[in-house]
Amino acid sequence: MSGDAPAAAPLVLVVDDVDHGREIFAEYLEFRGFRVATAADGLEALDKAFELLPDIILMDLSLPGIDGWEATRRLKQDERTREIPIIALTAHALAAAHDKAREVGCNAVVTKPCLPKDLEQEVRRQLEAKAT
Amino acid sequence: MVSLAHLDVLPPPRSRGGSVGAKAKLALVDALLGEEEARPCAGVALRWLVRHTGVERVVCAVADSESGRLLGLTGIGVSAASVDSFSLDLGDRTHPLVVALSGGEPVVFHDSSQPLLRALETPLGNLSFHAVPLGSSKEEIGPGMLLLTGLEDGPVSEDILWAVELLGVRLASLWYRRAQAEERRHKRERSWLFSTINAVTDPILLTDADGRILVANAGAEMLLTAGDDKREGWRRAVALNNMLFSASLFTNAESGPTRRELLLVDPSEGRDLLFEVLSTPVAIRLGEVGVASVLRNVTDLRRATEEIEENYRRLRVAEAATRDERDRLDLILNSVLDPILVTDPEGNIVRMNPPAERMFTFVGGKRNVETERRVRTNDAVFTSFVSSLYAGQARRWRRKLNLIDPQSGDNVPFEAISGKVVSKHGEETAVVTILHDLTEAEEKARLYEQVKRHSDELREKVREATAELADQNELLRRQAFQLEQASAAKSQFLANVSHELRTPLNAIMGYTHLLLEGVSGELKPPQQDKLGRVDANARHLLAVINDLLDISRIESGKMPVQIERVRLPELIDEVMTEVEPVIAGTRLAVSRSLSPKLPEIDTDRQKVKQIVLNLLSNALKFTPQGSVAIRLKHDKSSDEISISVTDTGIGVAEENQKTIFEAFEQANSSYARRHGGTGLGLSICRRLAQLLEGRITLTSQLGEGSTFTLFLPRKARTA
Repeated sequence: MSGDAPAAAPLVLVVDDVDHGREIFAEYLEFRGFRVATAADGLEALDKAFELLPDIILMDLSLPGIDGWEATRRLKQDERTREIPIIALTAHALAAAHDKAREVGCNAVVTKPCLPKDLEQEVRRQLEAKAT
Repeated sequence: MVSLAHLDVLPPPRSRGGSVGAKAKLALVDALLGEEEARPCAGVALRWLVRHTGVERVVCAVADSESGRLLGLTGIGVSAASVDSFSLDLGDRTHPLVVALSGGEPVVFHDSSQPLLRALETPLGNLSFHAVPLGSSKEEIGPGMLLLTGLEDGPVSEDILWAVELLGVRLASLWYRRAQAEERRHKRERSWLFSTINAVTDPILLTDADGRILVANAGAEMLLTAGDDKREGWRRAVALNNMLFSASLFTNAESGPTRRELLLVDPSEGRDLLFEVLSTPVAIRLGEVGVASVLRNVTDLRRATEEIEENYRRLRVAEAATRDERDRLDLILNSVLDPILVTDPEGNIVRMNPPAERMFTFVGGKRNVETERRVRTNDAVFTSFVSSLYAGQARRWRRKLNLIDPQSGDNVPFEAISGKVVSKHGEETAVVTILHDLTEAEEKARLYEQVKRHSDELREKVREATAELADQNELLRRQAFQLEQASAAKSQFLANVSHELRTPLNAIMGYTHLLLEGVSGELKPPQQDKLGRVDANARHLLAVINDLLDISRIESGKMPVQIERVRLPELIDEVMTEVEPVIAGTRLAVSRSLSPKLPEIDTDRQKVKQIVLNLLSNALKFTPQGSVAIRLKHDKSSDEISISVTDTGIGVAEENQKTIFEAFEQANSSYARRHGGTGLGLSICRRLAQLLEGRITLTSQLGEGSTFTLFLPRKARTA
């Protein structure tokens, strides 16, 4: 978390149980001017989401405890967080994992490995879609 | 006929004076009285005349009133036969003897007219004789006359006349007595006769030639006579009967007995009576013939006859019906192919149809020792069977009989089905037996058994085979299950490997990217260059991982196929756009040619694009210089689309052309690595083409270039 970004910048919640996974995307997005919060598991992700009400969430799917699919399902069922775009980030390449993510309410699915640059593009696209 | 005119008849002779003594005369009287019969009486008188009066031959003839003839009675000096045969018709009034007899006086027939004497046919032949009538001349015809010879012409002596008169009186007396006795006898007999004919209920009549009734018995009188006391109806009926009877008499021939029918009326009741009339001509008087008729009442007889005839007719109709029935039965019996026998209660066969005859007789076949023995055997078997049926209580009987065909000697098994025929009175009148040939049935049963045995064997074999198959199936199923599990495990393993590889790869590529983007400060050119190589290798590794995943998905059948309508020119445009940067880095001439009427096709757009992209990338990679050409065609005959990519590159050696589509096969590994290939591209392309019901072919020559062609059906059916 870094306080450098202006308060008006969109807040991105990056959820990933793998440290370097969180670090790469968080660092790059902050570098690109976003505000970033992180969570290392599903429960923390829910807590942070309800607490911070981020503008967008990057959700890893394979998480200890409450996994990414369940967390997404809960967020999409809650009044407060329903409208927040959620981009699933996963190392699962098979279609089944992607389909399941969309079913529980993910707005987009991005397969890892993913270049930070490409991820940023997807984030901006989702935010624009939300704004209109 | 004798005429007096020609006879020399003398004048009536005068009697001369008698010379015979009284004693002799008395003796004659005595002798005549002593005789009670005419012939000996006449004999006495004739002998006396010969002895005492000079008569030589003498014949005595007497008149028989019954026959109306003069008959010889006795004679002396003539043969007895000639006397017996002498007979003269008294009705012939012109006959000289009849004339002499009726004259009552002696007449001389002289021998001067000998032919005429002979014509008289007297026993005296041609001798002259005196004819002296017996008795007085007052009677029309006297009792008879004597014919005497040996007398002189002239008057007959008194002695002769006396003796003749005496004889005449005596004969007349005897005659009269006899006539009286006869009269009495006749009366008695007539009365008996009348009683007799009256006792006959059938009318009996005697009629004369004019049809007048002479005699009628009571039955006839009832029909044909009526007194004044009778009713008018009765009398009319009688008059009618007379008319009918007379008419019937005259309509019939009169010679011999005749028989005819006559319908008369019963005068008392008025009903019709039918008679059979038997008429016989009878002589009733001299020269007159009448008719004796017997009428038999056949009214009832006729009715009975008619009834009998009717009954007979009915009988014949019934008989014909029975015969028809029997014929029909015969026809039915004969049309049955199974032997049928009918036996009487004694066990004798009374009827057989032809099939039965074949088994129990020699009809239509040979007869020899062999066939006789067989027929006897069959007979014994059958008789035993039928007698057991008669002995038993059962109305029906069924048993198997083994008979022998007499002609062929074959054993023939029969099923005998017998039924008793019982009359209305519960009497067993016959047994009908039908024999059913079991040969075929037994043969069928035998064949059936055989088939069944084979079938059982076959079933057992099939069962064994099935069990074996089931075992093998089970084994296969287990193996399949194991394979499936292994395959699933492999897929899972690959997915896991993919996941586990991607995570660190994400870190490598991510950090490399952060550094290259200058997130951690500016890099020096050599650092940037080296990070670029890290990035390139990371990308290659990612491509390998993605290709492996694709192959795994295709092999495990988990590669989804989405068929849609695809416009190929657009798809080729997209591919060209993607490889544009690569082309730009070469000096190759890339061309494309599309046949003008290329149809839209139904296929998985993404996969076709992946294949074409792969082929085109390969062509660009392996062609150092020259050109690459893309051609699209539609083969109308097979309705296939072909997309070919031709290059002028390094080519593929013939020995490698088959293995080049296998995974991790590359003709030149080092070259491929240099160009970033994974070695999995063609393998994936071929598998994807198969998924889309298409294929990929290769024609190439080492060093000359290659042509890869993708063939696709215009409409892929794969869901």
